[in-house]
Amino acid sequence: MKYMLLMSGTKPEFNAYAQWPREAHATHAAFMRKLSKELAGEGSFVSTLGLGWPTEAKLVRAAPDGSPVTDGVFPESKEFLAGLWIVDVESAAEAYRIAARLSSQPSPQGGSAPIEVRQILGGPPEEYL
Amino acid sequence: MKFMLMMNMKTDAASQADGIMTWPNDDIKRHIQFMTNLNKELRQAGEFIAAEGLAWPSEAKLVRAAQDGAPDTDGVFPESKEFLIGYWILEVASLDRACAIAAQISLAPGKAAQPLYLAIEVRQIMSGPPEM
Amino acid sequence: MTGAIERLLREHAPIALGVLVRRCRDFAAAEDALQEALLAASIQWPVDGLPDSPRAWLIQVGARRLTDAIRADQARRRREADSAIQSGYVMPAEPQPAHDEDDALVLIHLCCHPALTTASAIALTLRAVGGLTTAEIARAFLVPEPTIAQRISRAKQTIRDSRIPFRMPESPADRARNLRSVLHVLYLIFNEGYAASEGPDLFRPDLAAEAIRMARLVHARTPGDPDIAGLLALMLLTDARRAARLGPSGEVIPLDHQDRALWNREQIAEGVALIASALRQGSVGQYQLQAAIAAVHDEASSFDRTDWPQILALYEVLLRISDNPVVRLNHAVAAAMVKGPAHGLRLLEALDADPKFRNHHRLHAVRAHLLERDGRIPEAIESYQSAAAGAASLPERTYLLTQAARLRDDAKIQSTQWAP
Repeated sequence: MKYMLLMSGTKPEFNAYAQWPREAHATHAAFMRKLSKELAGEGSFVSTLGLGWPTEAKLVRAAPDGSPVTDGVFPESKEFLAGLWIVDVESAAEAYRIAARLSSQPSPQGGSAPIEVRQILGGPPEEYL
Repeated sequence: MKFMLMMNMKTDAASQADGIMTWPNDDIKRHIQFMTNLNKELRQAGEFIAAEGLAWPSEAKLVRAAQDGAPDTDGVFPESKEFLIGYWILEVASLDRACAIAAQISLAPGKAAQPLYLAIEVRQIMSGPPEM
Repeated sequence: MTGAIERLLREHAPIALGVLVRRCRDFAAAEDALQEALLAASIQWPVDGLPDSPRAWLIQVGARRLTDAIRADQARRRREADSAIQSGYVMPAEPQPAHDEDDALVLIHLCCHPALTTASAIALTLRAVGGLTTAEIARAFLVPEPTIAQRISRAKQTIRDSRIPFRMPESPADRARNLRSVLHVLYLIFNEGYAASEGPDLFRPDLAAEAIRMARLVHARTPGDPDIAGLLALMLLTDARRAARLGPSGEVIPLDHQDRALWNREQIAEGVALIASALRQGSVGQYQLQAAIAAVHDEASSFDRTDWPQILALYEVLLRISDNPVVRLNHAVAAAMVKGPAHGLRLLEALDADPKFRNHHRLHAVRAHLLERDGRIPEAIESYQSAAAGAASLPERTYLLTQAARLRDDAKIQSTQWAP
């Protein structure tokens, strides 16, 4: 079963992150690389990716003629996806355990980071009556 | 350039009032056919890397590490939370092209074959292949 | 030509590997050596033509690589430690065909050993017994190749660390436990393949076919075992319906709407014969019962003409030997077909008491189906929607959403027809 672990933050949270001292960034990056390696070693790693800064995010709708109407204005409370991990595990509980490890990433303010855990929908199911 | 195109959904009553759970059967089928065709086109154009649907937001969990490192799964999402319900990862020539595809998705048909004019969030993927 | 070579390699690989492991007693080293032999074969055979005995060729080349590796290893250790080590490791030149067939059986027992995690056992079995490459296994499971490589190397490590010997266990209890593990791994591989959609990747290996091939291999070597016969029959009887279970856009087609002309009659006949002879042997396990149920479905000319009392009776036996929520759910469906939807709905109430299953989407889905048949349409719509919200696969969710929508559509038509 594949699960997606999502890390999100508001613009102020992204800005606070940008203000971290250099060692904090280095410690954080090392933690992420180590976790990635561990998951690969455990055979549960599928992929990870980081997304561009929220100021670059675009909200796109079609105009009635189908052309894109691009808008960069999001509500103040908007939580932007910062990055995600996809893991392949045998149970939801295992995905939550990995989320907890991801949650304990080091940060200058301390505390744990909230991680959203979502199952990725697979192919067709077993037979239906 | 790699982009992630995201389809988000709110779960409050007002946002759900016109949701897919209320559509007639033909409209649901048309909507799904539209998405299938779109993915086929993106594949043929060589721009498709991955697309997935996510389980319904009611199944989502907010997890934190407890003091002892064990998962605490009792987190509560804010009322206004936008949930990711599906996404595309695309390799395209430019941001404009990513936005044009987002506009195509935006036109997905809803009730009575009317375009939904969905808002699609377009985000650049930073670096490294998503290995999908 | 390459297709034929590939088939030959995959047929002989597990047997050759079994022979190599028996000789050197080092699974990981033997597996590496065989991989090199397979690679050499895939390069040389298309150019030089097929050897007289492909299996002997693989064993010979594999053994040579193994000897080289062992010598290199010994030389390295001599350099490092400068101490005497046990030498005189000589590969017998001639393979002993009498043993080869059994070696393949021992091999699959080793790959599915209960000491391994399920994910590791699946990956190792597909590579060592199924003869798939790591890249092919990765494509089948849609995960990156290094992740599968890691699962395989962890499996080999476990085999080495727990000193699992390359032979069948002595005690009948251990044998039975290991066989259960083999059956479980093959069953999981089959389900993974059966659930996979016709994805965009045409090179995605067909895991259901792989599982059937490996179940045949085990069955051929233990023809008297009713459990492996039951599992093979279950796979054949389930897989026989494959062409009918998805529509042109990948949509789920439930059993009552499947075009039975698309069912694979040959596979059904083989499965029915297998399960009939397994049942005659007297012992009845869960795979045989599930196969027997599948056989009743497959032999029915239509959904309505299905022998539901027979299916209900089989589920009642199955409940006695393996009582779990999924079996109870299917039992309730069969009971509803025989005794009416209200009876089935009463049976579902017992499942509500299970806090882990109470909110399971399959329970909602079955309840929705029975509520609909009982004419309780608004409740059925609600249950279909709850089931859709909990679904773990996209076609399944679409199916459940459209079931709810269909009922809503019908209800509206009715209200316009009957409104005063």
